Parts: sequence; C-alpha cells; structure tokens
Amino acid sequence: MVETSDIRVVRCGGSKVNLTPPIISSDSRFVLCTSGDLVKVYSTRTEEWLHSLQGHTNQVTGITLNPANHLQVYSCSVDGTVKLWDFIDGILIKTFVIGCPLFAIYVSEKHTGVLFLHVSMATDSKNECFQLVSVHLPKSAEQEVEAKEMSAVSSHISKNPSCTAFGRGGEYIAFARHLQLNVYFFRKQKTYSFSLKATDKKGAKNAFTCIACHPTDDCIATGHEDGKIRLWRNFIHKKEYTYSTQHWHHNAVNTLCFTPEGTHLLSGGIESVLVQWQYGAGNRKEFLPRLGGSILHISASSDGQLFCTSHSDNKITVIESSFKVCGVIQGLVKGDAVLTDLMIDPRSKALVLNGKPGHLQFYSLLRDKHLYNLDIVQQEYIYEAGLDQFEVVKAAFDIKGSWLATVEERGKKSSDLEFFLKLWAFDERTQSFVLNTTITAAHTDRIISMCFSSSEETTMLVTAAEDSQFKAWCQGADADTQQDQNFWSCDFVGSYHKLNPTNCSFSADSSLLAVSFQEVITIWSPDTWEMLTTLCQPPGVIRDLCFGRLSCSKYLLGTTTKNLLCCWNLLTCELEWSTSVDVSKLQPDPFSENVAAFSYQSKHTDLFVFKPSEPRPLFTNKNVCSEKVHRAVFVPREEPLNSCDESTQWLNRSQLYFLTQNMDLLTFSTATEEDRMLSSSKQLVIDDSVAVTPFYLLLGKHRQQQQKLNTQSHPVSDKPQQTQGSVTIKELLHTPAHVLPAASVLCSMFVNSFLISNTGVQQDPLREEMDSEKEEEDSEEEMEACDSQQELRAQGSVDEVTPKLSKAQERELKRVRKTDFSWMAGLIDSKP
Amino acid sequence: MASFKPTKVQFLPKLGEKVTEDTLYWKNYKSPVQIKEFGAVTKIDFSPLAPHNYAVTASTRIHVYGLHSQEPIRSFTRFRDTAYGGSFRGDGKLLVAGSEEGLIRLFDISGRVALRQFTGHSKAVHVTSFLSDGFRVVSGSDDLTFRVWDVPSAVELSSITEHTDYIRALAPSKLNPDLFVTGSYDHTVKVFDMRSGSSVMTMQHGHPVECVLLYPSEALLVSTGGRYVKIWDLLKGGQELVSLKNHHKTVTCACLSSVGNKLLTGSLDRHVKVYNSSYKVVHNFDCDASILSMAVAPDDEVVAVGMTNGVLSVRHRKHKKDKETLTSRRRRGPSYRVFVKGKNFVPRQDDFLVSKPVKQYLRKYDKQLKSFEVSKALDTALQTWTRTSKPEVTVAVIIELNRRGTLKNALAGRNEESLTKILNFLLKHIFDPRFSRPLLTVGDIVLDLYRQVLHQSPVVERQLQRLMEVLGREAELQQELLQVLGILDTLFASLTPRKEVAALAALPVDQGPQLQAA
Repeated sequence: MVETSDIRVVRCGGSKVNLTPPIISSDSRFVLCTSGDLVKVYSTRTEEWLHSLQGHTNQVTGITLNPANHLQVYSCSVDGTVKLWDFIDGILIKTFVIGCPLFAIYVSEKHTGVLFLHVSMATDSKNECFQLVSVHLPKSAEQEVEAKEMSAVSSHISKNPSCTAFGRGGEYIAFARHLQLNVYFFRKQKTYSFSLKATDKKGAKNAFTCIACHPTDDCIATGHEDGKIRLWRNFIHKKEYTYSTQHWHHNAVNTLCFTPEGTHLLSGGIESVLVQWQYGAGNRKEFLPRLGGSILHISASSDGQLFCTSHSDNKITVIESSFKVCGVIQGLVKGDAVLTDLMIDPRSKALVLNGKPGHLQFYSLLRDKHLYNLDIVQQEYIYEAGLDQFEVVKAAFDIKGSWLATVEERGKKSSDLEFFLKLWAFDERTQSFVLNTTITAAHTDRIISMCFSSSEETTMLVTAAEDSQFKAWCQGADADTQQDQNFWSCDFVGSYHKLNPTNCSFSADSSLLAVSFQEVITIWSPDTWEMLTTLCQPPGVIRDLCFGRLSCSKYLLGTTTKNLLCCWNLLTCELEWSTSVDVSKLQPDPFSENVAAFSYQSKHTDLFVFKPSEPRPLFTNKNVCSEKVHRAVFVPREEPLNSCDESTQWLNRSQLYFLTQNMDLLTFSTATEEDRMLSSSKQLVIDDSVAVTPFYLLLGKHRQQQQKLNTQSHPVSDKPQQTQGSVTIKELLHTPAHVLPAASVLCSMFVNSFLISNTGVQQDPLREEMDSEKEEEDSEEEMEACDSQQELRAQGSVDEVTPKLSKAQERELKRVRKTDFSWMAGLIDSKP
Repeated sequence: MASFKPTKVQFLPKLGEKVTEDTLYWKNYKSPVQIKEFGAVTKIDFSPLAPHNYAVTASTRIHVYGLHSQEPIRSFTRFRDTAYGGSFRGDGKLLVAGSEEGLIRLFDISGRVALRQFTGHSKAVHVTSFLSDGFRVVSGSDDLTFRVWDVPSAVELSSITEHTDYIRALAPSKLNPDLFVTGSYDHTVKVFDMRSGSSVMTMQHGHPVECVLLYPSEALLVSTGGRYVKIWDLLKGGQELVSLKNHHKTVTCACLSSVGNKLLTGSLDRHVKVYNSSYKVVHNFDCDASILSMAVAPDDEVVAVGMTNGVLSVRHRKHKKDKETLTSRRRRGPSYRVFVKGKNFVPRQDDFLVSKPVKQYLRKYDKQLKSFEVSKALDTALQTWTRTSKPEVTVAVIIELNRRGTLKNALAGRNEESLTKILNFLLKHIFDPRFSRPLLTVGDIVLDLYRQVLHQSPVVERQLQRLMEVLGREAELQQELLQVLGILDTLFASLTPRKEVAALAALPVDQGPQLQAA
C-alpha cells in the first residue's frame, strides 16, 4: 500500500467563534474570541483578523482579561491549562497547568492571583456535574507553573458558563442551576440559595438560563427559559429577598450583560434582537433588531463604548453604544446541516454552501475569510423556534459561473411541500448574482437532483424530482414568439416507466445525460432528447452517478445502495468492473481523471482515489475520520504543486475538501505544501531582534544571499561559520558602545565575517564536478517521473509551458559532451 | 444589520398580449379628439393630396376637415336626404357623394354647389367612387344595380345588374381604370371589368359584405361582412387566403395603414383592430360606440373613426417634438423648483460627498407585519381596493402569514362583517389556480375556528353553503378535465409510433386525483 505519512488530514475553514463571549480590550481596539484551539484577535475598527494566540492543544473554553494588567488575557482550555498572554504582541507569558479539563474562567479585581474555573467532577462520568473551583496562582518566574492549589466553591454549577457571575466588586459570586439561584458571599463564606417553582399557573418555565450582576449595586439579573428577566434585590438577607419581573423575550433569554456603569442591562435571545433595558426605569427599553442568528453572548467594553454580540451563525457583531452596528466578524457558517452540496464558484473559486438561513455563503478557503452571503429566499426570517421556514436545499453553478440555480423548500414536516426553483445570472457590473427567473411549480414533488450541462456554448439545467420526471430547462427560445428572451423555460420533460429518478449527471462534453431511475440508468442525448440506452446492475438503487473525465470519459461510474461501485464502458455499454464498497460519496475531480470515493465501514470513513481505467487505486487512506462523509469537493489550486510522489500526485492540481456529519470541514495537505506554507509564514515574521537601520538592511540583504547560497549548494560545509558570522554581527550591533573593544579590533573580525561567504562560493572545481555528477545520478529517476508528470499535465491543459524540459536537455547535452569518445578515434583510424 | 424584507408579491407573467414593435407604434397616438356630427358617420375619406383634408359624410351633410382642425373648413349641405359615401377624386379636387334619394352629386372642393348631378338610380346610393382615370364615377345602389357615369357629360355609361341584394361596398382599382370590386348583401364579392361589361371574378364571402378593400399591389382583396374578415388572393383566381374572426359583431369597415400596409378593421363591437402582416391582432383601439367608418391618413398621421352616435373620433400621432415641449414646460414650473432646491448643484472635485441614506418605504401591511400585528395586516390586505383590483397582494399577505405560522391568529376573533369579507374573497378566488392552495388553507382554518358559532349568523352560513357548491362544481370540472386528458393521451399515444409495446400499457387512461374539496 501507498505510504500515507506525508499526507495529513487537516481541519480548515476556521472554527466556531461564538463558543464563548468575545472580549473587548480596554482601549476598545481589539476583540478577542476563542476559535478552536486558538484565541483570535480582531480589530474592532477594520474587522480584520490581526493574529491568533497559538498554544493550547485542545478547545479553548474561556478567555478573560487579566484584572491586574489590562494588556494581558487569561485563557483556559479543555487541555487542562490556563495560559496568560500578551494579546497585542501575541506572546505567551505563562502557562498554569491545572490538570483537569476546564470549561470556563472567571476573575475578579478583588481576588488578585485567584482564578475561578469550571471543572467537571472527575467522579461523575456524566458531563452534567460541574464544579466551581478557585485556584491560587503561585508566584513564580518560570514559564510553566503547576497550580494545584484548588478549593471548591460550589458543586451546584450549571453546564452553561453564562450562569455564573461576580457580584458588586467581587464580594459575592452568583450561580444558578435549573431552578435554584445561589449566591456565595466571600466574606461570610456562606451560600444563600433561592429557588423558584418549575411552573406556575400561567405555564411559565422558570429554569435559569443566564445571570448577570450589577457592577455597583446589589442586584442580580437572571434570564429564564420563558423569556422573563428577573431582577433580584436584597438577597443579602436571605429571608427578605425581592425580585421584579420583566418580560419581553418570547423565548429563552440566552444572555444578559450590564454596562460597566450599570445604567443599562443588555439582553438577547433567539429573536436576534438586542434589547437595552434602562436600569431602574422599569420597562423602558431600546431594540436593535435583525442582527443575524440568535444572540448567544453579549459583552461590553470597559468604557462602555462598544458592545459585542456573538451569534449562532458563527458571527460577532460589534455595536456602538449608540446602538449602531459598526462591524461584523463572520466565520464560516455551519448550520445544523449543509443541505446543498459543497460547491466551488467558478469565478471566485470560493466555497459555496448553506450559510445563514435562506442564504448561500461564499467562503474563500485560500484566505479563510467569509466573502459574502447571497440572499436566496428574500423573505423576512422569523426567529422563532420550531417554525418551518424556507431553506436552500439545492444549488448548482454552470461551468463558467455565469448562472446559479437554487431550489428552496419549505414544509418538510407538513404534507404540503412548497418549493421554488430560482435561476440567478451573474451581473458583471455589481459582481454578484441577480435573480433572473423564479419557477414556482417546476415539479409536482421534491427536486432530488439538479445539474447544469457542462458545455461552453449552451447552458441547460436538468432537474430530477420525485414526481418521476426529469425536466430540462433552457434560456430563451419561446416557441410562441420566437424571440430571444433572457428567462428560462422548460424544454423537455422525460420519464422512464414512472420510476422515481434518483440522480442526474452530464458527461464532460455534455453530449450525454445520464439519469438514474431507481435501479436503472438511462442515457439520453440532450440534442435530440432521445433515449440512447439503459444500464442496469441490480440489486440496489443508484445512489451516486458520475462520468469519467479526460481520458476516462468513456466510463460512467455509479454507486448503489447495496454497496456496489460499478463502472460501465459507454462505448460497449457493458459493465467494465464493479467492486463491493459502501460508497457514501463519489466525487470526480474536474481537472483530472481521478475520482474520490468515501466509504463508511465499521464506524470510520475510508478514502479511495482511483482512475476509472485503472484497477489499482492511486491513493488509499484508511480512517480519514470517524463520521460519515456526505459532501466533498475538489478545489482547484491557485498554482499546481510539482510533487512527483505517486501518492500525492492526485493533489497536484486540486485539493479535496470534505464535510463530516459533525460539520467539520477537512482537507488533505501534503508535505510539500506544508513546507511552502511554513516558509511563507517565516518570511512574513520580521526578525525584530535587530533594529531596522540602513546598516541592518545592507547586512540583511547580504545575509539572505548567503542563506540562499547555502541552501542551494553546500548546506553542510559552512554552516558553523555562518552561525559564527551572524553571532559576530549580533554582538557588534547589540553590545552597548561603551563596553565594546576598540573598533580596530572589531573591524578585522567584522571583515572576516564578510569573507566567509566568498570562500563558500569559491570552491575547487573538482569537487563541484563530482557533486554535480552525483546530483545527476540522483535526479535521473526523478527526471523520469517529472517527464511523465509533464506529459500528464500537457494532456490536462495546453497553455502550460514546460521550461524544465530545456534544462533537462541541457544536462543531457552536457553529459554527451563529457562522454569520452576516444574509442571512436580508434575506429576511425582503423577504417582506411 | 439587515433591513426588513417586504412581503414578496408573486408576479405572474400575463399571457397573450406581448409588447412588440407594432404595439408600440400603434400605442403612440394621443388621446382622441371627439367631434360631434349630426348623425351616424357613414364614410370618411382622406384627400390623397397634402394637406390631407378629409371628408366626413354624416346625416345630410358632408364636412371637410383639415388635418388638425376641429371645425369643418368646408361643408356641403345641399342634400335633401341622408348623404352617403363622399369620396375624393385622385387629385383631391372633386368630391362625389350618393344619397338616400338616389341622386349622385359631384362637388368642386372649393365650390359649394354641386357641379353635376347624376340621376338614374331608383333607390338609395350608398357607395360612390371615381374610377382611377378620374373621368368616370361608379356608384352602387340599393336597386341592385351599379352604374358608371361619365363626368364631363354627366351621362350614364353603363348599368350592370349582377348582384341580387343591396350593394354596400365598392373599391375601384388604382392601377387599372376599368376595374373595380363590389360587395353586396347577397354574400358575394365581384370584380368587374368595364371593358367586358360584366363580372370577371366572384367570391363567396358567406355573409352580407359591408366593405371591400384592395391592397396597393391589388393582388390581395379584403372583404368584411358578418364577424368575418376575409383576405382573397386575386392572382390565384380569388382563392381565400385567410379568414379572420376577431370581432364579435359585424365588421363594418376596413382600411390599410400607409406604413407597412397594416390592416385595420372596425366593427359594431366598438373595437378597431390592427393586424400585422401575418394577420395576428397586434393592437386594439376602443371606442365609445359602434363603428361605422374609419380612415387612416397618409403616413398614419391621423386615425379617424366614425360611429353610430354621430361622434367622429380623431387620433393624432404623437411626435417626439410634442413630448419635449411638454416636459420642458413642466420643468419650468415654479412649484417643482421650490421642492428640489439645489438639484442642479454639481459638486466640485474636492468636495466630500455624503450620500443620504435611502429610506425604505414599506406598504401598510408590511409595516404591520414588521411589528407583528398580524390581524391588522390581514385587514389591510383585505381592504376593498386591494381585494378587488390586486387579489395577488391579499394572497401574498396570506401566504406570508401562513409562513410565519400566525395565519390562525390573524383569522381568529373576527366578527360577522370581517368574516364575510374573507369568505367573499374565498368565493371569488378559491378556484383560481394561482391562489387556490393558500386559500384552501384559509378555508380550513376558518371552518376550524368558527365551527361552534357558525349557526349564529345566517349570512356566514349562506356563504359557506355557496362555497361548498363552488368547490363541488370545481371538483367535478377537474375530474372531467382529467378524463379528457386521459382520452387525449390515449389518442396521442396511439398516433405516435412507439418502439416498445410495453409502454402503451402503462398509459394513464383515467387517473383521478381528486381535488380536495373542503
């Protein structure tokens, strides 16, 4: 089997930025949020991702500003460490090893040197039981410190981190769980608890969902499942507590937050409306509606000028205190399910998939940045739980990216299904898609599959639906008026024995259309709409269907539900081969003959990459991930890799991305690629140990040249000298002038450091020749591989030039020249 | 922050009328000028010479109007009885007219008294015309004869009796001075050649012929009568080329436009229809009364239509110049300038432009939907004007409410009056295929909500009774249609040759998916 060591499965597309409340730095310049095992730092003004704090090895679960130093931030992670960062420069200052998974972090100004953490109780296997512990941070100068001095505050802690908050000046800490509110007073070392009834007469649901404490007043605000907000007062005396209730949210209050002065209370829930209650003024409130997904967290900057809300659609909104949105930080939206296939916009090469409800999102994988949302449904989205709303379920691009077809659907649960087929034209002027045609009753039942013809001249859309028909849609050419219209109309309706179609696919040159009807594949000619032939390989309904590309275009591949992968030869109309694999997703590479097949067997997914014409797979990767893979896409690379390794060759022109059932977007990365990325990142990092002066620039250039030479020819020979040289320079530049020896002494040393490189370049010619010969021997095999690869590429695209060939020829010539032809002389002499 | 997205009103493309070049051409007329005559306008004829004055025959007089004047510039009033068929000579200097008493008079266009009088017809002369040499006049009369008169000597040259009923249509050939076409109430159209003195061609129109018309090439002949307009090919010996039935009352007149030879027909059903070269109706003028006569000025400058109520309606062509003067005058108005102060201000190069945020205007029901006032939104959408003239808006709001899951709330708690409104709307539109789906849901919900209290209101009860009847009828109709479809499918299937025999068996002969009625 092929080695898999140099191909790694890499997670990409960012992670959730909405897991924990984002925090705003005290100067309001930065927003920090957790994202997977990183803490990302964004600018509040430009919404740009500045840098990330890397170091945790698992999901970061909480961040908070260091109350002692507002330029530092604590972060806690499931990996059991708390790290202290300087977030402006992105430097890790300290690591505190706690030793058990941490789920939230709280600090208070009053308790310096103490962290309050959520830990899961080790004794209980269930995740439900959490404990609030305080950890005293040992004072030590070391980088990594073990902090084992823990004391439990309470074990009645909810899983939800927003159910814990510090009270006025850190005098008490309030935490709620289910129907009980607990307040722990540090001075008295006592916990008071207040409980509510589960329901009352009016059917209220009283479970606590979040908590916030007033910064200067003894007041605790709690949010409840039925949308009520209660303000608790006078709880210092356990018996005489009071609370007032306010109700605006129609569903659970997700988060509450007091402004730093305590004049306002902010609340948010599933309605996606940020509500600002005036503190102490009863029911006076302001609204900021339609922010995006439901609000999960709210945080305010320390000067009260900025608010941040994080939303369920992986978004952070920055809001000014005047209730104006001033920035949106958007991650890759991963909903509950990606209903559309993963697609690539042929123009922008962006990944396209379901985004916000009713939208398609365009996400640039290269820059890991959300580009824009395209509103497909164009209806007001009602944020209400359990409401059946329109969702984009199918989308397809034509080959040039000038047309986009979408299907939106509503009524999965109820019997009456509503759906629309929409066609969008790309507008050059606005650089986005504009609605061209809406077809209200394209079919009488749900559309199952949709594809565009892949030819350049005419665009045609084929939809197959559960009403046992497939329809071809064409632009213009209405029979009645014989005028060119720019909207789409039905061209052909086809069916086969009243069977339900399952899939449809066009061949690479779109001269053939394959539509599978249950177990039967029918092949149609789109020009005449004549059924050419039928292919069948029972048992099992056809699940996936694709044509081969390039040299394999005579093959048609199909997978069935009965674990068969079949390959038909379209010239003979016979089954070429079939194997028994449970393929969950079959994805052809549009730039090569390769086809990727994901198969799910015994709780893990395997990947096979193969050519339809060859019996042996090009690449096999067992256990890619543990979930089923239903969506995958080949993304063309910006510049093709030149890897000659057989196992990585299939990744040269395009990259395979796939989406697991847990909505993780994964990809394969090769060793060469990683090297390249590493080098590019190294280039970006400025070596700031040396001040940038004209002198440094001069030296720096020189040094770079040296490095280049080293890496090219002789890395071993002058490495120690090189390091020595750089040390000299460093010494010269960094030592204070008054402790340096006389310049004359230094000069000789300095000049010597220059001379080294010259000796490096000047070598005795004998050694060079030997080396080059050795190199040639090495490269012979490589060259062959290279050649074959170039042939391949020449097949793929004509425009590619092959400059390497001339180089190879040159070498060949050189060798010919070097060969000893003295024996020839002998022959010539002997002849007459 | 996204703004509120207003309710999408489903727009369905209108079938039938499509905007073409022809429609644009014929729409480009100003609103008609009405001129009251003394009686029914029976004939309008344009002078072939500029400035294209036109003679209008109505009651006992013939008025000659200038192209743009609304007052007659000349009138011939010396008729004792109703005058008929005043028409110009080819040079536009002489005018001939018949009359009820059977006299034919010839006028000089500048004089007032008749130059000649031709006597001989025993009954009313409805059609008169000059032959194309200009020296002879042909006339058709109710005494079943038509006669040809010599103008200089005022003598009758010949009299031919071939028709068996009143002659009411006449068209002289412009290319040959001896040829003319007559149409009569005996359902025939005849072509006469004066050289042979008898008809050379006879065509059966099938209805009393009201008007005949020759194309300029004189290869095609148009005859109108009854509800039919028929085109005959004279070069093929009078073969019927096409028969048009676009009017629903007698077609009384036909004429040709001078640009592109488009055929126009006017009818008692008060419509003027314009046909394109493939004889499809491209435009339609509506008039107030039944049309008796019609004429188009050269270059299509004017379309004049005469009606039974004695009104002459004249449409003038719009010109670009007119439009410009109109708009420029409007721009000069003072009130406008007051409201857009600084409209003509051009920012300088280094000015920093701050654009005003565009305010989103919402309809009333959208505003109410925005603030979740669902009942009020439904009330707004059910207002009389919206309900009657834009039912699609009402249905769009209903669909939106259904999508929000609040349709039940919006329909609940209504009194008899507002419930009647909803039920009336249902009665009117429930079988419209565009609306039936959401409206059936509304019907279901109304029944669910008010089942207990329905018997309290006889009005609502009656309406529900009617709704049930309507739905029952619709369901029956659907079933019948499906049966017809099945029959047609069988017929088509048996006609088309099929490779597979097996496929025939699977044909849908009678599939009866029933419409869910109430």
